[in-house]
Amino acid sequence: MNSDLPALRIKGLTKAYDNGFQALKGVDLEVMPGDFFALLGPNGAGKSTIIGIISSLVRKTAGAVAVFGHDIDKDFPRAKKDVGVVPQEFNFNQFEKVFDIVVTQAGYYGLPRKEAEQRAEKYLRRLDLWDKQDQRSRMLSGGMKRRLMIARALVHEPRLLILDEPTAGVDIELRRSLWDFLREINERGTTIILTTHYLEEAESLCGRIAIIDQGLIVQDTTTRALLAQLDKEVFVIDTREALDTCPQLDGYGTQLIASHSFEVVVEKGQSLNEVFAPLTAQGIHVSSLRNKANRLEELFLSLVSGRTEQEEGGQ
Amino acid sequence: MSAREQWIAFMTLMVKEIRRFTRIWQQTLLPPAITIALYFVIFGTLIGPRIGTMSGFSYMEFVVPGLIMLSVITNSFGNVVSSFFGSKFAGNIEELLVSPTPNYIILAGYVLGGVTRGLTVGFIVTLLSLFFTKLQVQHLGVTIAVVILTSVLFSLAGLVNAVFAKNFDDISIIPTFVLTPLTYLGGVFYSVSLLPEFWQKVSLLNPVLYMVNAFRYGFLGVSDIDIRWAFLMLSLMIGVLFFFVMHLLKNGKNLRS
Repeated sequence: MNSDLPALRIKGLTKAYDNGFQALKGVDLEVMPGDFFALLGPNGAGKSTIIGIISSLVRKTAGAVAVFGHDIDKDFPRAKKDVGVVPQEFNFNQFEKVFDIVVTQAGYYGLPRKEAEQRAEKYLRRLDLWDKQDQRSRMLSGGMKRRLMIARALVHEPRLLILDEPTAGVDIELRRSLWDFLREINERGTTIILTTHYLEEAESLCGRIAIIDQGLIVQDTTTRALLAQLDKEVFVIDTREALDTCPQLDGYGTQLIASHSFEVVVEKGQSLNEVFAPLTAQGIHVSSLRNKANRLEELFLSLVSGRTEQEEGGQ
Repeated sequence: MSAREQWIAFMTLMVKEIRRFTRIWQQTLLPPAITIALYFVIFGTLIGPRIGTMSGFSYMEFVVPGLIMLSVITNSFGNVVSSFFGSKFAGNIEELLVSPTPNYIILAGYVLGGVTRGLTVGFIVTLLSLFFTKLQVQHLGVTIAVVILTSVLFSLAGLVNAVFAKNFDDISIIPTFVLTPLTYLGGVFYSVSLLPEFWQKVSLLNPVLYMVNAFRYGFLGVSDIDIRWAFLMLSLMIGVLFFFVMHLLKNGKNLRS
């Protein structure tokens, strides 16, 4: 097996649905083995369509897709063996038992019953669902259902795991534990692609990020390189004392937003250190400091809205 | 997938299908048994003696093979249509579609599930009939072959219905407006020789007539039609539906967007 082959290679992928909607307009994407890859984009950008095509639930209009070198046009069954998909919507039989759902899925991949049961136990334990093994799946909480879908996607031990918004509607504690779990399996060699609306998730987990908008990839780079594109950040400073007017800081833009809070804009190359000394001199005591918004979110919005403006301007 | 992996996938699907209808036996096995037992009581015991003989046999002897076939047809069809459409509706058909399981294994798994339920209900109904009449089997091979082929055919038909269905109405329209008239007018309750000549000829267009008569021939040794036609028709229709379902699965009709 050639380990240099991309885990996923997409070339010129297009998809036009029967109603004429052009969901993908020529997507090129390459995900290398071991990557933890984020696919970001607004609703309707084409993320789920790409996942649908890789998992065979959506039929592509044109282009090529290969999973670890296996072209889906030539040998889709072989490519499917390497892929595990965790969809956005719950799509298991609500009346089946948790253990049966996972074991049955293993059977569809040709795993002998005994091995399937061992694997089901392994993944249900790792996802804290083992004590629910005999419960009908509809009895599970939302977070448990999502973990069940992850266990089901992993039972045939795919080399590429694709998660479509895995932490949507999941509480913070569970989200963090899912992140730890995903980091762990990624460190053990599983390539992971996830789509998410939580940009913090992509920033925290993923080494590479692609941004898709209106069926086209508009950015495909490392998370570090992407964040380096940020030319400014906005911080919110909370003060101990009430503020009558907005503090003035040389070289920094500021704006009062509440009696005890103001925003400060820090341009690329500027330092936050130089903000505090003038404030102290003005007798203002800082009680806390935070990012106004997720840094990636700002960049994401600027990229996507920039494209929208360009398109509107071109009309 | 290797042949062994395909076999495992097939067994997984078939066992799942069998477990589904046995788990809900109160909905799948009990109602047809009660319905057919009522037919036996009403048509066999209460009304039957007043009817006299039919094709040389008591009405109860005549109607039993037809009612067994009626239950096999409706249950084979019903099992596949409700299971496959239910999976489509709930979304868990995707578990199969994303896996490397080939289409013919998907087809075989669902059809064998339907056949198993059809034959199980057929067997229960046969046992029940023994409380009302003595069963004779003149041609065991014909009886078994016809019931299996018929069950396969209607399981395939159920799969076609389920693939096309987009809502629950769509899976009740065909059984109500197509399947029930065809079976009730297919010689289950009467010999077509009782009909005026024109309607006899019209009845010959009904494929269920051939199945019921061939099955009855296996039991009683009498038939309104040449049973070779029944085998020919069954084989042809199974062949056509097999390739049609394969075509639908390959194109992902209502399954893949």
